[in-house]
Amino acid sequence: MTPCRLRIDDRELAIATGSTVLQAARQAGIPLPTLCQLDGLSAVGACRLCLVEVEGQGRPQAACVTAVREGMRVHTATPRLQEIRRTLIELLFTEGNHVCAICVANGHCELQDLAVQVGMDHSRLPYRFPQRSVDLSHPQFGLDHNRCILCTRCLRVCDEVEGAHVWDVGWRGEHCRIIAGLDQPWGAVEACTHCGKCVEVCPTGALFHRADSSEEKSCHPERLQALLQTRQRRGQP
Amino acid sequence: MSNAASPRLRLATVWLAGCSGCHMSFLDLDEWLLELAERAEIVYSPVASDRKVYPENVDIALVEGGVANTDNLTLLRQVRANSTVLVAFGDCALTANVPGMRNRLQGREPVLRRAYLELADGTAQLPNAPGLVPELLERVLPLHELVPVEVYLPGCPPSATRIRAALEPLLRGERPQLSGPDQIRFG
Repeated sequence: MTPCRLRIDDRELAIATGSTVLQAARQAGIPLPTLCQLDGLSAVGACRLCLVEVEGQGRPQAACVTAVREGMRVHTATPRLQEIRRTLIELLFTEGNHVCAICVANGHCELQDLAVQVGMDHSRLPYRFPQRSVDLSHPQFGLDHNRCILCTRCLRVCDEVEGAHVWDVGWRGEHCRIIAGLDQPWGAVEACTHCGKCVEVCPTGALFHRADSSEEKSCHPERLQALLQTRQRRGQP
Repeated sequence: MSNAASPRLRLATVWLAGCSGCHMSFLDLDEWLLELAERAEIVYSPVASDRKVYPENVDIALVEGGVANTDNLTLLRQVRANSTVLVAFGDCALTANVPGMRNRLQGREPVLRRAYLELADGTAQLPNAPGLVPELLERVLPLHELVPVEVYLPGCPPSATRIRAALEPLLRGERPQLSGPDQIRFG
């Protein structure tokens, strides 16, 4: 494959044409925060945390969905980007109800870790305290909309890897939420195979095992890689 | 001691709508509390002072808890007016945290109805003692949504090590620069 040369921060890199800026940055060991992105799932650019500045383009671009181009010059950590990232994390915290202290994912939460990473010691934006619900209709798992950040990893893993397509995004704007089936209780959706992949890839405590109490959810989204590699070796789709 | 020349700072700790866990963690400072007492005079505190009225000219105020009722709000305004450095002490002060979970019921009346009528065992009635029981605010709010705050100390509770990391620079007259999972992680 033809290599494509580009510069990220002060590093000259070469990577296969068709790769994304995120892949190039990762290959070079340049840290770039991500949340909705997960290796093995399609990229949607939903969380915007991997925004980078590309010289010649006014608006920042999401690195996970931006293809590399020959001669491209990319900046990953300008003060403007750092400010945007912190604001994005503050928006995620304030638009939902994230009570870390009592959460199943406390200590194992990607959102909590990112808050530390972007230096968020408090939110400069006001908390909205929305009214959201919890779906405990499934016998093994629960969905707490208070903790959902709409990254859509669950939706993608269910559709692309499990092939069940239980999840979708319903409604609009502040009413936007993950829905099961045709906005049914999760437990009533016959398409669900109870595989738990959605729970495993959820970056927060939104999807959880019902038996888990606070701090007990410890998932490993990266295990998806092992499953996909095994399937590939066996020649399964 | 070496700082005999510098006057002791005036330190206060305040307890609003929180579980007192931050204060318990403050007491976990153990023997460092003796050093703290040498360098600062504790002028107001639910765990280290008998004073009932918030004093004037406080240098550092650690304020635990969210602002849930009229008493909390009055005290917070007093603290702000009489203190140089206000430290939002713990997650409730920073985010409203667990006390703020009632905000999802969207207002004071639904909260009182839920607690005193819907979940009552047999003697359902709304509390009514004007002047004795402080009125709930519509929402529990973090401190900085009501008054300016100088230092943010996250954690539920912040560990004693974390509290010390914030207090040591403050005692030297500097602002703490907290960062990393050991110092600013919520929860």
